[in-house]
Amino acid sequence: MQTEWIYIGLFLIVGIIIPAAAIILAAVLSPYKPNPIKDSTYECGIETVGSNWVQFKAQYYIFALVFLVFDVETVFLFPWAMTLNQLGLFAVVEGIIFIGILLAGLAYTWRKGMLEWA
Amino acid sequence: MTVAQIIFLITAAVILGSAAMVVTTRNLVHAALWLIVTLFGAAVLFAMLNAGFIAVVQVVVYIGAIAILFIFAVMLTRREMNDTGPGLNKGWWLSAVTSALTFGGLVWLLQGWDGLSKVAPALGSEFDAIGALANALVSPEAYVLPFEVASVLLLAALVGAVYIAFQRKGEE
Amino acid sequence: MDFWTDPVEAAGEWLSGIFVGWGMNADAAHVLAAFVGILVLISVVMVLDIFLVWTERKIVARFQDRIGPNRLGPFGLVQPFADIIKLIIKENIYPVGVDKIVYNLAPIIMMTSVLLLWAVLPLTEFLGLDLNVGVLYLIGVGALGTLSIIMAGWSSNNKYALLGAFRQVAVMISYEIPMVVALLIPTILSGSMGINSIVAAQESSWYIVLAPLAFLLFLISATAELGRAPFDLTEAESELIAGHHIEYSGMKFGLFYASELLHTFTFGGFIAAFFFGGWQGPWVSEIPALGLLYFLAKATVGYWLFGWIKYTMPRIRIDKMMDLNWKFLVPFSFVLLMYVALMNALLAGFRATEGAMWIYTWGMFLSNILLGWITLEILRRRAHGERVKVEGAVVEAGHH
Repeated sequence: MQTEWIYIGLFLIVGIIIPAAAIILAAVLSPYKPNPIKDSTYECGIETVGSNWVQFKAQYYIFALVFLVFDVETVFLFPWAMTLNQLGLFAVVEGIIFIGILLAGLAYTWRKGMLEWA
Repeated sequence: MTVAQIIFLITAAVILGSAAMVVTTRNLVHAALWLIVTLFGAAVLFAMLNAGFIAVVQVVVYIGAIAILFIFAVMLTRREMNDTGPGLNKGWWLSAVTSALTFGGLVWLLQGWDGLSKVAPALGSEFDAIGALANALVSPEAYVLPFEVASVLLLAALVGAVYIAFQRKGEE
Repeated sequence: MDFWTDPVEAAGEWLSGIFVGWGMNADAAHVLAAFVGILVLISVVMVLDIFLVWTERKIVARFQDRIGPNRLGPFGLVQPFADIIKLIIKENIYPVGVDKIVYNLAPIIMMTSVLLLWAVLPLTEFLGLDLNVGVLYLIGVGALGTLSIIMAGWSSNNKYALLGAFRQVAVMISYEIPMVVALLIPTILSGSMGINSIVAAQESSWYIVLAPLAFLLFLISATAELGRAPFDLTEAESELIAGHHIEYSGMKFGLFYASELLHTFTFGGFIAAFFFGGWQGPWVSEIPALGLLYFLAKATVGYWLFGWIKYTMPRIRIDKMMDLNWKFLVPFSFVLLMYVALMNALLAGFRATEGAMWIYTWGMFLSNILLGWITLEILRRRAHGERVKVEGAVVEAGHH
């Protein structure tokens, strides 16, 4: 195991402990006297109507799908970017082909009207 | 037992426990959140195996993109927050027997394998795993073609996504 | 180990020496010393965060022609401590129907995702982990922040919270792509993903000179990642009130607020590291500790830059925001990436030869300016076309 990742693990532990401690401290020091009116959800000053579970539009899902594709692409590009200085022009051309194919995909998505939010 | 083994056992327990929660919890969003714990555990295992790049990619792609996609999908497709009805169907014993047999078979098969007790050779401090990976991906003697084909695969995924979305939009 | 060249290492060895003296084995002592060091670092960061609240309020006051907090202590410096006392003793409210565990976990994960960034923030040459996947780590930790927003929005049992969280997450994941591509450019130029190595590679020229367009791209997409105005959909007060943290109060709200400010400061630090040479500066090779000063100064400028943008720009509507990202920033970022990679490879010969370095630097700078000019020209033409179309429609409507 690399020591770097031990440090990251320690950072994770401390990074969880400190904010958790803040919340626990606040919970200990602050009063807690719930009553139904105080605890009711605030929505425009009137009673909440219906369930919280509202139907979302398909656009959220579509953007997440397109994002996923480009996210995976950029992951592939990181090792490529690191070695460019050693490998020279040939690697650059490879990368340009790789990105070009994906850009064609973006153009297709755009053309099909999938990039419209409304 | 070494420290690495203890960390491994804890991580493995967390992965198994959260994976069990994914399939048993009735709340769909909770299931997605437990799935994220499982995926994060896998990232920890990768980091322990000196595969830092894969570990980070696991977090970036699985937690940063796929988990979010799951949650969006849950929000999109179901109007009920809680799953109802029995969790098991009539054939539950069949799958139980199958999985027990598979597990037993694996244990029996792997008993004689020496790979389990092997210790990986220590990597030199100068060993640059990402540099090696990058060279393998880009250099013409190694995996250039798969690298470029990956791009075509991603393109196919994008076209597929658009196609599915097109139908979904039509339904609205 | 000499204290003045590497105080952190020296302090770590001194501390683990003490632990070994108590009869601990060497590895455990080292880990424990690291733990103590990280605890100290994060505590200092949290104190810094408290003063960021004050700075933020002072900055916004100046932008709005006010004075800001000035009653408690000199220049109102004690004000944030009064705020903290108020946050701590404020009543602990769980609104009806919240999912208590997820509800409590969300602010913690939010803060953790920001604190984790400090692991790779190159404060000086010797402080800040040079993780060999540093840039991707930055993105991965950002994923945790996205997750915490979803958790907060979903667990609050409030439609505003849910809508705010989902809009914000949709924007964050969309703007992640130009941000990652902007970060690929320093990776190309330095040939490394370790953030400290990227800083070290900027000894001769900062990347703001070699890649000014990447800096602009990073600035815009980072603003969206941070959820700050003009991309602050999550707390679009006029539409969603407070977005994902509408149902939070007391310390839990405080953590959201503090993590936003700290996140902004941290990204100011990353801007400094990626484009403004991080801890590089005069005499830094003689006195490495001076690097910390340079870095913090640059990070503060970056922080102020985010504040300037926040208090100057009006909020953008979500569909315009998505259009800006998917129809401009994403294609532009990939074109820029190909262009910079190509120019870098073509000019690589000058970089290697002694004395011709200036050709490389100027070549990169001018080629960036050229691409920026072409882009602006295309945008101008397009905008002109749109305007003619709209005006034509208006004139036609006037006739009828």
